[in-house]
Amino acid sequence: MSTGYHIVVCGSVVPDPLQTLEPIASPAGPALKNELMLPAILDPWASHSLYEAAHLAKQNPGSKVWLVSLGPKAKLQQMMMNIAQKVPFELVALDGLAGGFTEAFEVAFALSDAIQAIPGLDRSRLLVFGGWESASRGAGATLQIIGERLGISDQFQGVDQLTLNPDGTLQVLERIEGGKHQVSTCAGLPILIGWATGNLREPPNNPQIGMANMRTVMPALQRAKPVKIGAEGVTYASVTLPKQRRETKVVKSMSPDDIAKEIATWINQ
Amino acid sequence: METVLFLTSVEPDGTLAKPALETLNAALSLAAGLDNAPLIVGLVGDAAQSAANTIATCGAATFLAVTGGDFTSSRYATDAAAAEALAKAAHATVIIAPATSRWSRVMAGVACRLGGRIDTHATAITVTSGVPLITRWYYRQRMVATQHRAQRPWVITLDPGCAEPWNGSAGIAQLESVTVNLPATAKRTTVVGLQSPAADAQTIRPDAKLLFVAGAGWTKKQADGQIHAEEAPKLILDFLKSSQASLGGTKSVVDLSGEGEAVLPFMTHLNQVGQTGATPRHAKGLATCCHGEEPHVVGWRFVNERRVINTDPNCSWTRGKADVVYVADAFAVMRKLNERVAKK
Ligand SMILES: Cc1cc2nc3c(=O)[nH]c(=O)nc-3n(C[C@H](O)[C@H](O)[C@H](O)COP(=O)(O)OP(=O)(O)OC[C@H]3O[C@@H](n4cnc5c(N)ncnc54)[C@H](O)[C@@H]3O)c2cc1C
Repeated sequence: MSTGYHIVVCGSVVPDPLQTLEPIASPAGPALKNELMLPAILDPWASHSLYEAAHLAKQNPGSKVWLVSLGPKAKLQQMMMNIAQKVPFELVALDGLAGGFTEAFEVAFALSDAIQAIPGLDRSRLLVFGGWESASRGAGATLQIIGERLGISDQFQGVDQLTLNPDGTLQVLERIEGGKHQVSTCAGLPILIGWATGNLREPPNNPQIGMANMRTVMPALQRAKPVKIGAEGVTYASVTLPKQRRETKVVKSMSPDDIAKEIATWINQ
Repeated sequence: METVLFLTSVEPDGTLAKPALETLNAALSLAAGLDNAPLIVGLVGDAAQSAANTIATCGAATFLAVTGGDFTSSRYATDAAAAEALAKAAHATVIIAPATSRWSRVMAGVACRLGGRIDTHATAITVTSGVPLITRWYYRQRMVATQHRAQRPWVITLDPGCAEPWNGSAGIAQLESVTVNLPATAKRTTVVGLQSPAADAQTIRPDAKLLFVAGAGWTKKQADGQIHAEEAPKLILDFLKSSQASLGGTKSVVDLSGEGEAVLPFMTHLNQVGQTGATPRHAKGLATCCHGEEPHVVGWRFVNERRVINTDPNCSWTRGKADVVYVADAFAVMRKLNERVAKK
């Protein structure tokens, strides 16, 4: 009998959050100024899900991790430079637009088709992972639609902890309002998990992992199937930067007591 | 002609929570703006009559409910089945639900089942020339769009705190029950309960007027060359206790806590504000020992009045991100502020 888990991680590129972003109008709809020039990283919550997947695979021999990623080929390649040295995975790449102004359904359909085409994927051992919201659209929609398309109705979002028990049952902690977690148990796989931060640190770079990954990453990038992604049916009436820029008053050489007094008054206003 | 479905869950005590009442108000104005389109209420929960009665006079054309023990808890499979059944029973073209954790988990899946589309985290819903328009943010609150879409059914989730809660008199609602035949697979997940931090670590208070952010500076060597590992948590917790503010943290300080460098042991990832954290809604925010870098400050998008205490006169907050920056030692100021707030 085969052992271990089949973990499919969905995650794509977003602009490095330290960059300044500015919207522009393009013939295909709203886009970012200099979008192709902006340095790209793997979406932060998706990267947590990738680390969790790798951790789980490491602890359960026979497991395998796939990273299914849809984005412009050049961007995916750039992102691979950052993450391929961190954890072992096999890349499934799709070449198409990635960004805030694309439609979650179009992305989810392309991703679920790609997942279904993975040879030998075993549903009884399947965990579909991803970030619970992206740093681009931030909709929290893509994974749910993938789950629906794959027929997975045990879905969890904002997950910080997953425990797989020896008897095949699972326990999941999901973020809910007010700094609390909802605790659920599930009878077994397949499940879908949108990860929040989890509990793992970013793994250090390991050149050996990088070498091993690159053997499959480069061919996967070359094979990347082109997919047409847009936002059919959506009309953006406007996309703007928030106008409010504050006139910051910088208060120097005021005594701590006077500052405290001023803040106390402000709090109570 | 559109038909608007307002969809929400009933709280365990039989009431409707504030985000639900806010969403009801938004749904009512949307329906009114769409040529007085019919508004249908769809409730999900153990029982729904008393909740329906509290909004009986809201002007809804019909009150529908999916009820029973299977629908009490917040679980994908059963919530999706209930929402799908209500949307179909209502023949809804626009479905509006609150963007709570419960409905955020499931509504995109529901849109998929209905063959529709979804827009989540709307912060406003309006009507212009007969067209429903939503406002939502992109790139983690860095830019804002108004948009509409052609597909129906169109599911919209509205963020909490974006509309006034509906406030009207109660009555007796004519509740129609909608039956859902759940497959056995819908009950593979069991919600066991909630896990809250210990009472003294319960620092996240979404309804607080004030957000108090502590940054990594609290854990760093101070002018005397020392880390003030005892005083820092005490000053912060004392302030939270007397002010009832909600505690936020920067990624740096939260990561430090996770790494066992427990200067602020009560700080968890749930406290993190910013790009990869929360975007809470509070009227005022006070940031201390926090540099104000962009990935942090995007989480302050919905905090209106902002003040900062930082020893660095060039910290990033001074660049148009805060109203007032006090260039001062936060330890010294918080000692004094705690004396004042405690006295009150
Ligand atoms: C992918 C990605 C995602 C990120 N997401 C987030 C996020 O969600 N949230 C977030 O916060 N950050 C995020 N960051 C990190 C962000 O860029 C900053 O590194 C972080 O916010 C800095 O935290 P800080 O201000 O607490 O620490 P520091 O930059 O170390 O600043 C400490 C500050 O404390 C001040 N200080 C020290 N002692 C005192 C004193 N006695 N009194 C007053 N002031 C004092 C110092 O002057 C300094 O300004 C992200 C970064 C990346 C790359």
